[in-house]
Amino acid sequence: MLTAVLVMALGALVLGAALGYAAVRFRVEGDPLVEKIDAILPQTQCGQCGFPGCKPYAQAIAKGEADINQCPPGGEEGIRKLADLLGREVKPLSAEHGVEKAKSLAVIDENLCIGCTLCIQACPVDAIVGAAKQMHTIIAAQCTGCELCVPPCPVNCIDMQPIAETVETWKWKYPVVDIRPATARAA
Amino acid sequence: MRSLFDFHGGVKPDYHKEASAQQPIAVAPAPTFLVVPLHQSIGGMPRPLVAAGEQVRKGQRIGAADGNLSAAVHAPVSGTVTAVEMRRMPHPSGLFALCVVIENDGREVWIERQPFDIHAHSAEQTRAYLRDAGIVGLGGAVFPSHLKLAPGKAGKLDALVINGAECEPFITCDDMLMRERAAGIVRGIQIMRELLLPTRVLIGIEDNKPQAIAAMQAACAGLSGIEVIAVPTRYPAGGAKQLIRALTGIEVPHGKRSTDYGVQCFNVGTAHAIHAAIDLGQPLISRIITVAGNVESPRNYDVLIGTPMREVLALAQPLPDTDRLIMGGPMMGVAMPGDEVPVVKATNCILAGSKNLFPPPPPEMPCIRCGDCAKVCPADLQPFELYWYARARIFGKTQEYHLFDCIECGCCAYVCPSHIPLVDYYRFAKSEIWARETEKEAADRAREHHEFRQQREERDKQEKSARLAAKTAAGRERAAAALASVTQTEAAPSPATEARKALIAAALERTRAQQVTPANTTDLAPEQQAEIAAIEARRAEIREQARPHLPPDN
Repeated sequence: MLTAVLVMALGALVLGAALGYAAVRFRVEGDPLVEKIDAILPQTQCGQCGFPGCKPYAQAIAKGEADINQCPPGGEEGIRKLADLLGREVKPLSAEHGVEKAKSLAVIDENLCIGCTLCIQACPVDAIVGAAKQMHTIIAAQCTGCELCVPPCPVNCIDMQPIAETVETWKWKYPVVDIRPATARAA
Repeated sequence: MRSLFDFHGGVKPDYHKEASAQQPIAVAPAPTFLVVPLHQSIGGMPRPLVAAGEQVRKGQRIGAADGNLSAAVHAPVSGTVTAVEMRRMPHPSGLFALCVVIENDGREVWIERQPFDIHAHSAEQTRAYLRDAGIVGLGGAVFPSHLKLAPGKAGKLDALVINGAECEPFITCDDMLMRERAAGIVRGIQIMRELLLPTRVLIGIEDNKPQAIAAMQAACAGLSGIEVIAVPTRYPAGGAKQLIRALTGIEVPHGKRSTDYGVQCFNVGTAHAIHAAIDLGQPLISRIITVAGNVESPRNYDVLIGTPMREVLALAQPLPDTDRLIMGGPMMGVAMPGDEVPVVKATNCILAGSKNLFPPPPPEMPCIRCGDCAKVCPADLQPFELYWYARARIFGKTQEYHLFDCIECGCCAYVCPSHIPLVDYYRFAKSEIWARETEKEAADRAREHHEFRQQREERDKQEKSARLAAKTAAGRERAAAALASVTQTEAAPSPATEARKALIAAALERTRAQQVTPANTTDLAPEQQAEIAAIEARRAEIREQARPHLPPDN
């Protein structure tokens, strides 16, 4: 009887210690759901969703404080992915947060730039180089096309230009079945 | 006779090879203007080394390799660079890319050509030389060859496979090259052997090219370790994985490379180009191209890179009903956006098409899941599943079904009883997946930059508040010192109020020190002084009048 109790107690202690150790050792930092949502978001950091960046929006979605259809750069596909992840219904993009646009790139007209550094302060991804009273320029490879640099510019020298397709970025189109009008057969 | 292995699937289309293999290779005349695209190989876009107006010599480097995954580009003729500008590319998109336009002066002034002694240089130097000689795979994939001439992860190469199978209908450029320039090819193979040290060399040629087999056997006679092997004619026996399977029996698994299994594969044209670069000092500026299809006299031509396709086609006299140009063969080739596009290193064939030769396909019908496509797929895939998911844009599933092992050979579409353009769906899915991957990478980079920026802002804020705190502390200390001196002279009623007073006094002292006397109140003329006095008097009078209406001050 005593042996049985001791064996069970020992087993409980050992297993408890193992579980306790595992809980400390394999502790998950942060909320994995936020990370997963953040991975789907386009990282434009444009704030069109009403949150100051993609991560805060991801946190709000995870907490249920924001809907999944507030991200215009992510577009319909982003909404579909979020719906898949969270097991929610797909809905159209909320109109108050903006419309889906082709990805574009900010371009500074270097003749007009007065070097005020306001756009540098606005850029969320440090994609603008320049200094006070020196001409600024945009690092195209880092620009996310968030348009946050456009309103602060006092001389309106920043223009959003759609990204042109090149041979490298060109995509094969979805095969379309050629439907010939019925008159062609009759003729 | 050695035993051969069999690869799965494959089809036997009509070959149409005889017509263009009747006559020997002819050298195509150099055109007046050549348009040499800078980006002709897989990898980085070469940087232009010349500008408009510059004189170039034949074989001069005009585009430098960008990084190691890239290959240089050279001037095919001597002459003047008239422009470095965007021109239409021989690509199904019809988009423009940076090209060097050269006006031919007809004098054929070569650069100084010197053989490269591979024994006097290290293997690394030889590879760099081949990169700068613009040597890329001429079988169609245009992968920079110098990267394939390095020993793989295994460290030891079992078999070097030389691909002379040329399975695509209409094309005979490798066939003619082997018949006429077998010695050069074998010389190129010897150079590869020295760099790769393979145990054996296997040259695979389809058995419908008896003359090429005979020529290669004659060239290899007396050389040990090189074997010329006839493989059964079946499309796509010339696919790298298929040929490796047929010759060595090694089946490269999905998603793996043949180098991981000690096999490396090169095209015969590449072997010849390596020979020309090393032994003759000539960079890759021309290649053999089959002109066939809807033409009067199909033939193979030695064409300079950058020659407009129109001019090459004209040599073979296209028939009047020619309505399109295809680069490559009828199975894997792509339609060209126009006939002015230049010949590039990837052009192995210019195929003229017409409605009679290649009638438009019958309308696409629903997939009946008959499985014929899976029976012919040489990559052991399930094309009907791939089609299903690509069509539904479920790209994750297409990758699970090994979409990227598809070599786009077109066998599945060839046998499909519903005439579904299957390869178009696979190409669509592949480019969508690539685009998504690039987007994902860009998003990850943006996230990193944004997080770094936030960190920096946070750090700046902390540093600022620390600075401020230090300043306030210093001010307090000074005030305490002032207070101490005050308490020495007279007894203070309450130290707290005294300390505050001292602080205020110190602040006032600071502002007073910062105050500047306006420049226009010093050195005044007596009449100005008088004027100011009059104004002050008036002000005082007004203030006196306004006093009853003002709130009382203490």
